[in-house]
Amino acid sequence: MNAPAAPLSPYSSALGKPNIEVHTLSVLVDNEPGVLARVVGLFSGRGYNIESLTVAEVAHAEHLSRITIVTSGTPEAIEQIGHQLERLVPIHKVTDLTLRGNAVERELAMIKVAGTGQDRDEALRLADAFRARVIDASIESFVFELTGAVGKIDQFIELMRPIGLVEVSRTGVAAMSRGPSQT
Amino acid sequence: MTNLMTGAEMVVRALRDQGVETIFGYPGGAVLPIYDALFHQKHIKHVLVRHEQGAAHAAEGFARSSGKAGVLLVTSGPGATNAVTGLTDALMDSIPVVCITGQVPTHLIGSDAFQECDTVGITRHCTKHNYLVRQIEDLSRVLHEAFYVAQNGRPGPVVVDIPKDVQFAIGTYTGPRNIEHKTYRPKLDGDPDRIEKAVLLMAAARRPIFYTGGGIINSGPEASRLLREFATLTGFPLTSTLMGLGAYPASGKNWLGMLGMHGTYEANNAMHGCDLMIAIGARFDDRITGRLDAFSPGSKKIHIDIDPSSINKNVKVDLGIVGDCAHVLRQLLDAWRSRQLAPDKMALAKWWAQIDKWRTRRSLAFKGSDEVIKPQYAVQRLYELTKARDTYITTEVGQHQMWAAQHYHFEAPNRWMTSGGLGTMGYGLPAAIGVQMAHPDALVIDIAGEASILMNIQELSTAAQYRLPVKIFILNNEYMGMVRQWQELLHDSRYSHSYSEALPDFVKLADAYGAHGIRCSDPAKLDDAIMEMLEVPKTVIFDCVVDKTENCLPMIPSGKAHNEMILPGHDAEIETAIDAAGKMLV
Ligand SMILES: Cc1ncc(C[n+]2csc(CCOP(=O)(O)OP(=O)(O)O)c2C)c(N)n1
Ligand SMILES: [Mg+2]
Repeated sequence: MNAPAAPLSPYSSALGKPNIEVHTLSVLVDNEPGVLARVVGLFSGRGYNIESLTVAEVAHAEHLSRITIVTSGTPEAIEQIGHQLERLVPIHKVTDLTLRGNAVERELAMIKVAGTGQDRDEALRLADAFRARVIDASIESFVFELTGAVGKIDQFIELMRPIGLVEVSRTGVAAMSRGPSQT
Repeated sequence: MTNLMTGAEMVVRALRDQGVETIFGYPGGAVLPIYDALFHQKHIKHVLVRHEQGAAHAAEGFARSSGKAGVLLVTSGPGATNAVTGLTDALMDSIPVVCITGQVPTHLIGSDAFQECDTVGITRHCTKHNYLVRQIEDLSRVLHEAFYVAQNGRPGPVVVDIPKDVQFAIGTYTGPRNIEHKTYRPKLDGDPDRIEKAVLLMAAARRPIFYTGGGIINSGPEASRLLREFATLTGFPLTSTLMGLGAYPASGKNWLGMLGMHGTYEANNAMHGCDLMIAIGARFDDRITGRLDAFSPGSKKIHIDIDPSSINKNVKVDLGIVGDCAHVLRQLLDAWRSRQLAPDKMALAKWWAQIDKWRTRRSLAFKGSDEVIKPQYAVQRLYELTKARDTYITTEVGQHQMWAAQHYHFEAPNRWMTSGGLGTMGYGLPAAIGVQMAHPDALVIDIAGEASILMNIQELSTAAQYRLPVKIFILNNEYMGMVRQWQELLHDSRYSHSYSEALPDFVKLADAYGAHGIRCSDPAKLDDAIMEMLEVPKTVIFDCVVDKTENCLPMIPSGKAHNEMILPGHDAEIETAIDAAGKMLV
């Protein structure tokens, strides 16, 4: 028998150099007790990563919630995650928004910054440039509210750090596809 | 019949409406209302087990041998936690099981009440789906849904946890009407484009192989029938996983034997050297693939499975077809015929010639003996003396399980019950009880190890109570043989805690349970002793004293590829064959 040439489907996601991607999954679920535990348990049980996760009811009459999960892994692992989610009985639909490539993604963050004098001015100037709103102020602090893409929020936080960053609270990503059709 | 009833009555009514005739269970405070409802009726037979794990395995044995869902009923807290191993077993092997658990009353949930445990939390990871029914209005719908989910798509275990106040509450029962589930609708037919591609690949293949698994059994007898038809039509060689034995007959012309860690030389080499692999209802488990990066390197792979997550999970395939095995096989057959395709006869003849060469290695051979019973010989004799009967085989876990798979030959599906995915010692006896309940007149044999059998030995009492003539055929090597084998191979024969110390006298044990005990250690007397076992119309424990140090071969050492098998007579090579990385694997 002649030795096979280049393997047609050599494979192991465990071998070779991993090609890690970050994907946003939009998951429409029945809003019933335990559904979030099922989703989170799936990720921990199978060793998948959660970068961020948001969940809230989106259609009261139909009892539907949307879970938006930002995850990272090899393309094979992310395909697996999608299929594993689809196996869960109360899940209606799983959409890989990153794979679809036409999603809008936003996150909301609150950023507390403390400082006086020049630092205050600098913080306000930067906030203005990033279109962050002041939602609380005291003589020596601000709380900014900022909405935007994850990268923009990361960048704003980095800029605030030397000025007097106290703490951050972020919602995680909410996302949907562009255009007239459903995600 | 009025439809106004208590929750407990609803449970019994729903079971009836689902066609359930037999359930396995164990009572307790949180299920007393359901037990009371059972007391008042005659349609459902309740089999009292002696441990809830036994109930779960019995339900599995019942399900796997009959094609129906298996049902168990257990109490809250320890009742539910005892069932967890069986539920996990059913999940790993895709067995349709519905488990009804009692729960403390709703107002006590979360208060650490007596015999409270978070059953839905604990079983979330070991069920296909589970429910906590908080109000009577949901109960009948959930019960019917549970049967739907357990049996449709890739089958699996479903838990319905019912608080005691819901069992007492009165509500309106609704029958199993609308079977369509809101979200869960498995796809049965394969995508026609892919069917087309698959048959073209098959017609062009030069070294094809069917690699089939438990999915064919789960799909039902029609899938086995279609598989046989397709194999005959194409002439392609065929191998199967442990879970798939019987889907294609062991006497069939195309049969290569089981594949995998303890599979035959010809099956594993054919998997390694094929140019087209057609995987049907199998899941590329690590016991099958061996070293992943060396797994069948030159082949195109077609994978047919009802569970989309099985496709490309462990092994990247070239063509995935999501659908039920029987549906897809029917589609493939139709496409093959309507396009008037034919296999490449010349290439196939060469391929078979190569396979026949591999066969001459006789990888299942073993050295016989006049002095001591070789375990393989015992299984061979058991097969010869029972093959003409209506026989069902269950096993425990260990070497005896592999010898049973290698040397007992299955001609039909649903005849072979074994714990494949989870590898649960203690599975075989309760599973045999479940099988015997489904097939009262059949011969049911648990091929056991002396260590495994002790894990659920209490079920002898169940067998006695219901006069079930199950036969427990123990290959007694006085060792946890499979553990001992790995210690010999990987840990320089340091047999750490793998000797079966302080064994009971199995003949006396049989006597104590009102069963019949037989001991045999002489190869010359084996046939007569087996015949005695078959003739006694009772539960029998057969203590078959076998060679203590026999290894189970052939074997693909962990971390090795299919073409690096160790064959009988070469045991010594294994020690050196497994490298440090292989030792890390299980
Ligand atoms: C519940 C459980 N515990 C531990 C194991 C690990 N294990 C696998 S095989 C085996 C030994 C089984 O011994 P025996 O039943 O005598 O069978 P033999 O291998 O000797 O045929 C053990 C301990 C297991 N599979 N299941
Ligand atoms: Mg043993």
